[in-house]
Amino acid sequence: MSEQTTKLIHAFSALADLGEELADTRDFEEMVRTTLHVVLGALGVRRGAVAEYLPGEDALRFVAAWGLGEEEPPAVLPFAAASAEMLSTPHPRPLSLSETDSRELLRLQFGEPLIEMFGEFRLHLAVPLVVHKKFVGLILLGDKATDEQFTAYEREVVRTMARHIGVGIFNHRLLREVEQRAEESRGLYDNLRTIYRDTVRAFAAAIDCKDKYTQGHSERVGKYSEIIAREMGWSEEQVEGIAVAGYLHDIGKLVVERDIINAPYKIDAKQSSELNRHPAAGYEILSPIKHPYADIPLMAKYHHERIDGRGYPEGLTGDQIPPGAKIVAVADSFDAMTTDRTYKRRKVFTEVIEDFRKNAGKQFAPEVLAALCRAMLKEVNGETKERLMMKLLGRGYLEPEESRPLLIQLIAELESGASRAAGSV
Amino acid sequence: MVDSHDRSPVRSERSGDIAVIYASDYLNKLSGERIERECRAALAVGCRALVVDFKNTGLVNSIGVSIMLGVIDAAERARAPLVFSNVNAQAAQLFEILGLTLHASLAADEQAALRLLSDVNLPEHRPLAVGKHT
Repeated sequence: MSEQTTKLIHAFSALADLGEELADTRDFEEMVRTTLHVVLGALGVRRGAVAEYLPGEDALRFVAAWGLGEEEPPAVLPFAAASAEMLSTPHPRPLSLSETDSRELLRLQFGEPLIEMFGEFRLHLAVPLVVHKKFVGLILLGDKATDEQFTAYEREVVRTMARHIGVGIFNHRLLREVEQRAEESRGLYDNLRTIYRDTVRAFAAAIDCKDKYTQGHSERVGKYSEIIAREMGWSEEQVEGIAVAGYLHDIGKLVVERDIINAPYKIDAKQSSELNRHPAAGYEILSPIKHPYADIPLMAKYHHERIDGRGYPEGLTGDQIPPGAKIVAVADSFDAMTTDRTYKRRKVFTEVIEDFRKNAGKQFAPEVLAALCRAMLKEVNGETKERLMMKLLGRGYLEPEESRPLLIQLIAELESGASRAAGSV
Repeated sequence: MVDSHDRSPVRSERSGDIAVIYASDYLNKLSGERIERECRAALAVGCRALVVDFKNTGLVNSIGVSIMLGVIDAAERARAPLVFSNVNAQAAQLFEILGLTLHASLAADEQAALRLLSDVNLPEHRPLAVGKHT
């Protein structure tokens, strides 16, 4: 094979290697280091470096160097914006540092610190990396192993490679910017979510203010719903959503007369009908809002539906009721049973268990009750760090010795029944 | 010393003051860097000459050439003669065109390389700092 053909094949092969290396964006430093090897190895150059231009800092950062000896090149060198501007010509030619007779031109193009480095490390050829008329960096090359000057052919090979390497650096810079923007957007999104959650909490407090006997009810329903959904294996996103639904489930009460909500006696049929409007009213209030979670309005609308179809507002049955509404329904009733009202004392724990047993599959979805009971059992057994339910229920309500066998028994009954029941959540 | 990650791994042996480093089947960055590490380690512990044997090497790419230039650099700094043995015709032509043979000798095989080095007055040991070659 002639020398010329071997040279050509080697250069083509190097270009192919370059493409492969530039496509690997996992490790930028490693990518640049490898591309420097490709350039040096393509032409038999003994030393060289690749520097990235940092426009905001007016500096060149040396990303890779090879063959410069035991002395490390400086990590960063000052590089004037005016020099970058000067080198930003499309498809720039390699600049021979030794052949340039104008010291002044060199100083303008590269600045004193870089010129000193050329001398110190015996670098003779500078190839500007320019993409879309923007200077992105430099390839610097030293002696060839043959000790000969770079030929016109070799300068063209370097120039072609420099275009590819420039695009690689440019793309990496774009990727960094996109990642930075994405990070900022994530921060903004997190802030928005915090604001949203705080707003929801404020609403919950406002709802509960209207009913002087059920202060903290909405917040507790939100927390119970969250605990149940997590126990049922819902994703964290879904758990956050169900907590919001719990906080807002009674928002429709804002349009019900305060006297009806706060009546210290059994309300009549007309008043009851007025009160029962609140789930549908809640849906009307929540529907126009673009919530970051799915189905919040539906969970509010259907939290008084029953599995047996005797609930309201639509008398839905089993699977017709959205899963989230089944959870909020259990959380809502559980809180109603376990907190004092003016017209009745809260139920003791054995009564709650009996209510669950009696109404499983009628009022409540058995699998939701089972999840609530499992969560309570975990707290009773000390399996959870935070004893959130015990805190919500108050000291002494969940006595481990008394509640453990009751919960174990009910869970067994519910899970055997739930596995047979259709319409699980 | 053997690096067993490849089918035909990079390994090295000592023959008196001479270290023989056996290249793997494809001289690319991975295997080239291993050869460079082996060479620098051998020079650091007092080897006075290096043989890099390419008996198992079919292909040499540009990255491999660049790393071999680094080996040449390290050997020159330690004033240690360097011989490439068993280089196939294609790689030999490439080494010649790119000027590697101006700094390292070529030998037909490992024995020829060792004979070549035995005819040379090996320099006094000039240890080379071990570390990342820049």
